[in-house]
Amino acid sequence: MDLVTVWFVVIAFFWIGYFILDGFDLGVGTLLPLIGRNEVDRRVLINAIGPVWDGNEVWLVVAGAATFAAFPLWYATMFSGFYLLFFAILIALIFRGLAFEYRGKHDYASWRRRWDAAIVVGSAVPAFLFGVIFGNVVGGSALESISGDASNTDSINYVGNVFGLLNPFSLVLGAMTLTVFATHGAMFLALKTSGSVHAVARRTATQIGLVAAVFAVVALLWAQTFSGRVAITLPLVLLAAVFWLAGLAMNVRDRNGWAFLLSAVTILFAVAALFLGLYPNVMPSSIDSAFNLTVTNASSQSYTLTVMTIVAVVMTPLVLLYQGWTYWVFRKRLTSAMIPVGTL
Amino acid sequence: MNLDLSRLQFAMTSIYHFVFVPISLGTVWFVVGFQTAWVRTGNQKYLRLTKFFGKLFLINFALGVVTGLVQEFQFGMNWSDYSRFVGDVFGAPLAMEGLLAFFLESTFLGLWIFGWDRLPKRVHLATIWAAALGTLFSAYFILAANAWMQHPVGYEISETTGRAVMNDIGAVLFQPASVAAFVHTMTAAFVVGGAFVAAVAAWHLAKGRDADVFRPAVKAGAWVILIAAVGVSLSGAQFATVMVEDQPMKMAAAEGLYETTTDAPFSILTIGDLSGDTATPIIEIPGMLSLLATGSTDGTVQGINNLQAEYVQQYGPGDYVPYVPMTYWSFRAMIGFGMIAALYALWALWRFRAGRAPAGRAFAISTGLVTLLPLAGISAGWIFTEVGRQPWLVFGLQKTADGVSPLTSSAEILISIIGFFVLYSVLAFVEVRLMLKAINAGPPGEVNEDPFGDSQQDSDKQLYFAY
Ligand code: HDD
Ligand code: HEM
Ligand code: HEM
Repeated sequence: MDLVTVWFVVIAFFWIGYFILDGFDLGVGTLLPLIGRNEVDRRVLINAIGPVWDGNEVWLVVAGAATFAAFPLWYATMFSGFYLLFFAILIALIFRGLAFEYRGKHDYASWRRRWDAAIVVGSAVPAFLFGVIFGNVVGGSALESISGDASNTDSINYVGNVFGLLNPFSLVLGAMTLTVFATHGAMFLALKTSGSVHAVARRTATQIGLVAAVFAVVALLWAQTFSGRVAITLPLVLLAAVFWLAGLAMNVRDRNGWAFLLSAVTILFAVAALFLGLYPNVMPSSIDSAFNLTVTNASSQSYTLTVMTIVAVVMTPLVLLYQGWTYWVFRKRLTSAMIPVGTL
Repeated sequence: MNLDLSRLQFAMTSIYHFVFVPISLGTVWFVVGFQTAWVRTGNQKYLRLTKFFGKLFLINFALGVVTGLVQEFQFGMNWSDYSRFVGDVFGAPLAMEGLLAFFLESTFLGLWIFGWDRLPKRVHLATIWAAALGTLFSAYFILAANAWMQHPVGYEISETTGRAVMNDIGAVLFQPASVAAFVHTMTAAFVVGGAFVAAVAAWHLAKGRDADVFRPAVKAGAWVILIAAVGVSLSGAQFATVMVEDQPMKMAAAEGLYETTTDAPFSILTIGDLSGDTATPIIEIPGMLSLLATGSTDGTVQGINNLQAEYVQQYGPGDYVPYVPMTYWSFRAMIGFGMIAALYALWALWRFRAGRAPAGRAFAISTGLVTLLPLAGISAGWIFTEVGRQPWLVFGLQKTADGVSPLTSSAEILISIIGFFVLYSVLAFVEVRLMLKAINAGPPGEVNEDPFGDSQQDSDKQLYFAY
């Protein structure tokens, strides 16, 4: 594999990691009032993701920064072109991050209600918009060279507006990520709690999981029309569907570990299929394929890619190791009896 | 229009991010110190200080994290032509920061917050050390990225694409400007952290609370301010010589020095408009500017007019002079505010000598005000650095005007400026109130439960620390 392909895989790896890890805590946040029926239960939910959500969010920072280092043109074109979507995501993530930290710091019901709302909106908006953004990457967007010279990749920019980004395919993909993450989050809660929260979480996972299945089937089959290699991506998508259903079945049988693992594997296969279908493009143009950004025309040079490969090869296993250890340290199931009375 | 809006937005969000960052960078080491002291001595006093300052640190850290998220993505959002041009070089330290620093910080802080009753005492202590190490890495890599914008090295311009392409990572990461910026910024952050700790502790003393706990905390804070201030001055002087070599125009603008001068004096105050002819320096230290810039009082310092003419020859017609009043005053604010804090620390240590503990309100209030000075100073230093770089975005390679996103509409930028402004204002208000409340609540009482005492595996045992 040449270096640009390696880095395409690395970027896909960080996005998949982000979707699997932050996916479940975005899902938990989205479902906060649905599964957390009272104050104590809501605190069980928040404490279940408390030790790990920030570490999970760094996967996003690294996915973004790695894109900057390895594919500067992709980073520049995507973030400037999809400006308002990223702005909305940033505002949402700011609210969400602070809400976890601050909601317990005052003892008024109204204070907590407001931060709870921030958690729900701050989780649901990114969960939805990441799908929309991926829809526009995979399905293509209005990219054009503004200097009129297609060989000048530096001048390729997104020439549409924000409404162009809210197209049907992308919206369906957004609905898919929103519901898949919610299910994934509910399965995480079923695994990490016992008692009342556990029961509600299981029920919710089944219900939303079935809705998610519908969106996922529509979105992923639709994505095949954009895929560069249907022969591989279609089987992957079908496998993902099988894993999803198996996960839901495990959930019904209260095998929480298996259910969560299977929903993680589903996300892995589905996102991998999207990236495989995209390659060698990184951002195809819906105007003219001459304006496609590809792994070759959008990438950094081999020196930078080599340096970054060394850094990634050394650091990533370490990160996986200590993040894995965190999950081990906090492996115990939580119950409402463990929530101390009063505030901090 | 887009250019001005994007500059406004970048300045606003960066300055805001950098309110929380130096407090975190400095305070985390106090938490590390207190907890280490507790583990080594078993003295309850240190456990209470750890808990107390740990909580203040976390309130502050949360805002550092969420505002950092904005920083990470706005290069692409508002400065896409910049990102295209430099991504090959500039993206690397940013990605390394994520991989080496942010993962470390966030993961181990999660373990520290929730690990009190889950981890053995020493392992738990190690988690805060790891998080603190993460903040150091974070500062280093981002400062190296910024130093590259001040003085690009280790790159060539690609013949095929016309973009900057890295050819020497060692030069990019370890050039003198990176090292100088790191040492100077870290020592400055310690001044900020020391002032924060001293002020909080002095306030409790004034209220007559917990003198046994807070007296040592005031003294620790004051000593850190004093020692770090010496470090800031030394590293600043060294930084100045690096800067004069890389960006002589910035030093000329810092003094408002229009004509090349030997024996150049350093003015402490000036009236007039600094535009070259009417300004009147009021207090001057003879030879001081030459000393700062060249290391000798009779060294030659280049003036703005000469440099402008030289740059026109080198880079073509244009205005290469940064906005002088801003560079002049921000440079003085940086040094002045920091030095006032150092003098104050000296005075505080005097008043705390030999078992004394001044308990007056006046002492508490003045200490509180002094806290804000180093914070203003560190911010002024950055404003100096960034404004003094103008009109360049990457010195000598790309002008700020050429880095902005070409198609992002003014409306989009305006929406985001207003959005961030409103959000940041509300958050500042919430943060200050929470901080005051937490400060006022004081440290937890005598903690009779040693969090590590009996590690019963009872599943009904309450979480020691919970959101
Ligand atoms: C409380 C904070 C504080 C204090 C007391 C000082 N500084 Fe400073 N200074 C900073 C905080 C700072 C900073 C905010 O941390 C900067 C901005 C960029 C950087 O890396 O450090 C900075 C930058 C900075 C630069 C700019 C370098 C460049 O742009 O290339 C110079 C020349 C100095 N400082 C010199 C000094 C001197 C000679 C000082 C005292 C004798 C001094 N500083 C005190
Ligand atoms: C944290 C401390 C920092 C502060 C307070 C700060 C402040 C500022 C300010 C005030 C400007 C506007 C200057 C002007 O337009 O005249 C600016 C510009 C800029 N800074 Fe910084 N900065 C900081 C750190 C950084 C770092 C670490 C980087 C890069 C890694 C960076 C990159 C930029 C860029 C890209 C601009 C472009 C906009 C412009 O030049 O107008 N800054 N910064
Ligand atoms: C303009 C360039 C900057 C960018 C892109 C940036 C990016 C970020 C990001 C993404 C985070 C959140 C990490 C997380 O989720 O845990 C963060 C936090 C942090 N940043 Fe920045 N940052 C910038 C400027 C700076 C500067 C100049 C410093 C130090 C000198 C700094 C030091 C830190 C530290 C120590 C944190 C941890 C949070 C805290 O201490 O409050 N950053 N930054």
